[in-house]
Amino acid sequence: MIFVTVGHELRFDRLIRGLDEWVKETSYKDIFAQVAELGDEGYKPRNFEWQSFLDPETFKARFDKADLIVAHAGMGTIITALTMKKPLLIMPRKGALKETRNDHQIATAEQFARRNGIYVANDETELGSVLDQLITNPPPIIKEAASEFAEPQLIQTIRGFIYDGKAPKNV
Amino acid sequence: MFMPKKPKVLAISSAGGHWVQLQRLRAAWDGCDAIYITTKDGYREDLVADAERRGQTLPKFYRVVDANRWQKFRLLRQLFSILVILLRERPDVIVSTGAAAGFFALKIGKLMGARTIWVDSIANAGALSLSGQKAGGCADLWLTQWEHLAGSDEGKKGPEFKGSVV
Repeated sequence: MIFVTVGHELRFDRLIRGLDEWVKETSYKDIFAQVAELGDEGYKPRNFEWQSFLDPETFKARFDKADLIVAHAGMGTIITALTMKKPLLIMPRKGALKETRNDHQIATAEQFARRNGIYVANDETELGSVLDQLITNPPPIIKEAASEFAEPQLIQTIRGFIYDGKAPKNV
Repeated sequence: MFMPKKPKVLAISSAGGHWVQLQRLRAAWDGCDAIYITTKDGYREDLVADAERRGQTLPKFYRVVDANRWQKFRLLRQLFSILVILLRERPDVIVSTGAAAGFFALKIGKLMGARTIWVDSIANAGALSLSGQKAGGCADLWLTQWEHLAGSDEGKKGPEFKGSVV
């Protein structure tokens, strides 16, 4: 099953429309989307179930059940996918289309494309083919979940600074 | 035995991705008196549950109004609330992952003599965030999460790289 999320701030019509077309063409059945507030103007998918927002428990349950997450290139989603060992396909929002405040998601997608289990569709024209590939050749199981905390070096740097170099050893 | 007093750490960020990243740093202030400021009330319960699970003293929690850089009036309200909280709490250390709220706290905190940490969001892989660039002037520890963005550029001071939140 595929779980789609666009985060909680803004809708993402290009992604949702792209998915809707792909589902129509492929008749892929098992897909559910969290699409944020659509208002009157937002694109409403016709070929799969969707909801604007999910409460945290339902969101987590949907995420957990999915074989593949499809999302915008938001850090909340990326971190959740890495900690829950879920293969993730991201499509970046563009600043020029006012999908977010600037093009930072493009850089995020480019950098995280190097990580194990993260796949990128640069825009809606690539979305269908990347999905086809992921469905035909399901991504390998991710063995190691990202830790609950930041990298040890970062934690230690901040801890050392907080205690001015005199951090107690055993926490 | 000499027992230094517990450092008072104020951790601040806007809701969403910045908050998720701030939470991944929280082990760095385990054992300290923690105070959180964010823009969404719902996070309060997560903090309580986490503190109980990991045997930490319950942190304090404040919510301030959300604002982006185009919402001038809301920014002012946010700035004022942060000022009031800082005057009341007098933290030793302030740490932020962004955005505007974190910059305000570092700026005011610095004037009040607090030591300050900026960890620029990992979402800024192409260039430092706007608030992150500004925070460079008032952060004692100024960090980016991308190695290629670290170091000085054309003689200007730059952030350091010490790893990332994920």
